[in-house]
This record gives sequence, C-alpha cells and structure tokens, in this order.
Amino acid sequence: MSEPFLSIQSVRKSFGATTVVQDFNLDVDKGEFISFLGPSGCGKTTMLRIVAGFEQPSAGRIVVDGKDVTGLKPNQRNIGMVFQAYALFPNMTVAQNIGFGLKVVGRPKAEIDARVAEMLALIKLGEFGARYPYQLSGGQQQRVALARAIAPKPRLLLLDEPLSALDAKVRVSLRDEIRAIQRELGITTIFVTHDQEEAMSMSDRIVVMNAGRADQVGAPFEVYNRPATRFVAGFVGTLNVLDAVVKDPASGAVEIGGVPVALARPVADAKSGDRISLALRPETISMTKEAGRSVAIPCTITAVNFLGSVIRISADANGNSLSFDTFNNPAAPPPTPGDRTTVHFSPADLLVLDA
Amino acid sequence: MKRFAAWTAFLLGSLIFILPLFGMTEFSLSMRRGEYSFDAYASVLADPQFRETFTYSVVMALFTIVFGILLVVPTAYWVRLKMPGLRPVVEFITLMPLVIPAIVIVFGYIRLYNTSSWLPLTGSAMGTNILLMFGYTALALPYMYRAVDTGLRSIDIATLTEAAQSLGAGWTTIFARVILPNVFVAVLSGAFLTFAIVIGEFTLAALLNRPAFGPYLQLVGANKAYEPSALAVISFAITWLCMGLIQIVARLAPKPPAQPH
Ligand SMILES: Nc1ncnc2c1ncn2[C@@H]1O[C@H](COP(=O)(O)OP(=O)(O)OP(=O)(O)O)[C@@H](O)[C@H]1O
Ligand SMILES: [Mg+2]
Repeated sequence: MSEPFLSIQSVRKSFGATTVVQDFNLDVDKGEFISFLGPSGCGKTTMLRIVAGFEQPSAGRIVVDGKDVTGLKPNQRNIGMVFQAYALFPNMTVAQNIGFGLKVVGRPKAEIDARVAEMLALIKLGEFGARYPYQLSGGQQQRVALARAIAPKPRLLLLDEPLSALDAKVRVSLRDEIRAIQRELGITTIFVTHDQEEAMSMSDRIVVMNAGRADQVGAPFEVYNRPATRFVAGFVGTLNVLDAVVKDPASGAVEIGGVPVALARPVADAKSGDRISLALRPETISMTKEAGRSVAIPCTITAVNFLGSVIRISADANGNSLSFDTFNNPAAPPPTPGDRTTVHFSPADLLVLDA
Repeated sequence: MKRFAAWTAFLLGSLIFILPLFGMTEFSLSMRRGEYSFDAYASVLADPQFRETFTYSVVMALFTIVFGILLVVPTAYWVRLKMPGLRPVVEFITLMPLVIPAIVIVFGYIRLYNTSSWLPLTGSAMGTNILLMFGYTALALPYMYRAVDTGLRSIDIATLTEAAQSLGAGWTTIFARVILPNVFVAVLSGAFLTFAIVIGEFTLAALLNRPAFGPYLQLVGANKAYEPSALAVISFAITWLCMGLIQIVARLAPKPPAQPH
C-alpha cells in the first residue's frame, strides 16, 4: 500500500476545558472523496479547520504528501476551502474572485486569464465573469466559490457544508456537479455534511463522527450495512430497533416478541435471558414473503405515509414499533392503519447493537 | 391632527435652523449698498491669508484622513476578528474625545511634548504639525471608528478573511484587497466627516499656533463686517458638500451579495 496523501494522526482539540475532537486518525489516498458525517456540534467543522490550518490541534499531527504541515499557517498550505456562506469577495467580479488565489502568488496575467476562463467553463458560468457576486443566485455563488478554491490547483479541497444554504433541487444538482468536477480533476477532497444522503451519494469513504470521535470510517455501503457502533447504525439511515431476549448466546438463538429467531452469528458477551437490541433497515422488511425472509412477525399497521414512489408504513409488533417501505403499486392500494398483517425479514439482516 | 403637529414641529425646527443661515447669507451678499453682490466673497477670496490658511487646513485634513484610516481600519478589523470581547472597551475609548474638550487635549499635548520634554514635538513647525494631526485624529476618532465599525459589520469579515487566507493571502493582501475595498464607503464617509471637522477646527490650531483656517475665521470675524459671513457661508458650503459626497459615494458603492439564509 502506498503512502496516504493526507494523514490525520491522533488529533485532539480542546477549547478550554471542553474537548471537541479526540483520537482522530484518518488516512486519505490521493484523489479520494471523503465525507465527515455527524450531528451538529460533533466537531466536523473543527476537524476540517484543523486540516485547513485555521485551528491548531491541541495534540496530534497533520501530514500532507509526506510533509508535516501542523505548524504551517493556512496561507502556506495550498488548501482550497469552500464555505457554507459562499464567502465570495463582494468587491470583486466573478472572474476576479476566481483569479484571486493566482494573483496573490503573483502569476502572470495571461496565465490567470486563461485559468479563469477554464474554471468558468468548468462551472458552466462562462458568461458570468464580469458580474458581481450580488448579481448571482446562491447556487451560482457557490459554484464560483468552488472555482475560486480549485483555480490555484490546491493539494486538498475542503468543503464545509457547501450545500446546506441552498434549496433542495439545487442541492442535488450541485452535489453531482461537485462530484463530477472532483473526479475530473482527481483532487483529494474532504466534504463536511450532516446530511447522510449527501454523504452516501458522493463519497468514496465516509467518516461518521460522534462527539468528537470518528466512530467508523468506511465506504457508504459498508457503513450503512455493517455499522460499527449503535450510534452509526442509528445516525446513518433509518433503523428499526427491536427488543429481543437471548435464548442461547452460543448458537445465536433469540426471541423477538415471542417469535424464536436464529441469528446468523453467536451473540457476544451475553447470557441466556439477557435483553438485547437488534436493528433492521426498513428495506429489509416486507409484507410479502420473499426469498430468504424466513422470520414472520404479526403486527398492526399504525401509520401509512404516501411519499410518491415509496410508501412508508409504520406498524406495531408486540410493543416493537417497525417502519418499512413498499413501492407504490397503482393496482393495489396501500393498507390502512389498524389493519392486521405479517411482516417478513431475514435473520441475516438483523444487526446486533452493542448496548 | 398628528400629522399637523408633526409638520409644525418640523417647520419650527427648520426655521430655527434655516433662518440664521438665511440671515447670514443675506448679510454676506449686502456689502454693496442697496443691491446684492458677491463683493464680500471677492474680498475674502482675494485675501492671500485666506488661501494660505485654507490650503494648510486642507493638507492637514488629508494627512489626518490617511493617518486616521491607517489607525482605525486595522484596529476595528482586528478587534472584530480576534478580540470581540474588547469591542466595548475600544468603543468607549473612541468616544472619549466627545467627552474631553479639545482644550484639555491640547494642554495635555503641550505639557507632554514641550521643548523640554522627552519628545519635543512643539519645538519645530513640522513637529507641531504632526502633533496637530494627532489631535485632529483624536477629534475625528468617534466618527471614523463608528463609520468603519458599521462598515465592517455589513460583511462577514471572519469568513472572508479565512477564504483569502486559504487562497494564500497574507495579512497585507487581505487588508488591502479584501477588507479595505469592502469598507471603502464607510471609510469615505469617515473621511469626509474628518475633513469637515478639521477645516473648521479652532482650539487645537490656535493653541498650537498653527496657521489654520479656523483661527483665520476667528481673526476675520473679529476685524471685519461682511467677510466673516461670507466665510461662514463658504465653510458651511464645504461641510455640506462633504455630506453630499458621502451620499453619492454610498449610492455608487458595490452592493453586498445576497446572504445565504
Ligand atoms: N472557537 C471555539 N471556542 C469554543 N468552543 C468551540 C469553538 N469552536 C467550536 N466550538 C465547540 O466545538 C464543538 C464542535 O463544533 P463544530 O463547529 O466543529 O461542530 P460541527 O460538527 O461542525 O457542527 P455543525 O454541524 O453544527 O456545523 C461545538 O460544541 C462548539 O460549541
Ligand atoms: Mg460545522
């Protein structure tokens, strides 16, 4: 395995007595797209600002391309940054904004002009070079901010919730655009978000953060399907938590609402009679018996939310509340609250959550 | 009824303000018996002392403005960016000149910087000029600081600073290319106010014995009849010109971008 391009090593950050980032370790390969995902206040921005050099870590090191940059000032790191509030310079035109980073380091005018034109084409705002930021929509401003950040060919691109000030449609189209540009340029990127859908759809790997720690680092598929902690399981995607009673820890035999279920793996650290929590993703539950879904649990429908192509159904199974999705079928109207039904799932899809 | 009361108050106020002005202007035009003329103005403008003192004060005003900008903008910026907790303290300090009379300031200066002191600024004309400029800066401080601080509030200086830093800019570049241009209008209005204050200032210039416009106004006022009114009208016009320029500049300024919600 080659040297990682960016290496965050045992970083801790405290503001006075409160520690907001701790034991943070992460190796990022060149060209990778990494997301920091986590709830508000978990330290995503702080960690990003440490990489950018706006904050000094209380302990630990930041290594970029084999060199320790921990002591370098932000303007010596050659790192591009995009902010939630766009932060375009109001006194400069779009072209001047994009060219700022090149002008600061004294590149010749011809080179700046060429690069600005290239960037304007890249963000599809070719005609907008002479406009001022106040003459642009939010989405356009953020694209200019992106172009401004990547124009000086930074070694890293850091984005702190760049889409959260935009409305839903623009958000989705811009995230695809950012990802496409990132792929095209092969620029190593860290993207901070608290929107799991954004993180899942864009990233090569996701760092799920919880109270200043990286709970899990992995590809979206892995994080979603094999959450390492209860927090990750709950934060990434929707989750049904079921109470179960352990019958035989060694074989993985448990009982959910009186129905015996054989788990795929033994239950670690549990005795017979212990109560444990099991989790199920909504999409692994169905009202029809599909192949492999050997567990059947009777339940009562409590709510039906018609979301368009998908119908989200909530049900109560002996005190365990379940939520699952079915696809809309024009030929079969959805069930109504109060209906009795049976749900099916596969024991292999059950996630055992540590307490 | 309410409207009527409001209008009455407004008119009364205007009268109190305008009548003396009107009287003064009328008087300044009546040097020639029986008809209006600009004789008083011609007499004033022909006086070489007018030109000398006026030029001196204009030059002093320009230096004061430059010094004030270099002092106030970085200070206000730094306080907002790095020491927001100190803002009330700095604000209080900048308000002091409104409370402390100019005469106290100037006696303090003379006491501190007299010819037998550690820094004998009053010993030479140049030194005294510099001292006078410091004094003017102090007098203009409340207006300058307030104008600049308000200007800084309208932009997100912390994020703009970080954006510029991440693009490789050092402090000088950030200050000259990002902060100053964005508070330019505020700085200009502060500058015009400074100009208006310096042009008419009497106490500091008189006690430091510098040939400024303010003491000249007083001198003419004590010795002539029509010319003082003409001079007063001229200084008044200059002040109003400054105010007008502030308005125009404010209108021409680039607008801040729409902020994200
Ligand atoms: N300069 C500071 N001084 C003191 N505490 C701070 C400072 N900056 C951040 N914090 C605290 O550190 C914690 C993490 O903040 P941070 O901004 O990194 O969170 P975040 O994950 O980015 O949250 P959000 O999603 O809301 O942006 C918060 O509790 C915050 O109050
Ligand atoms: Mg944040």
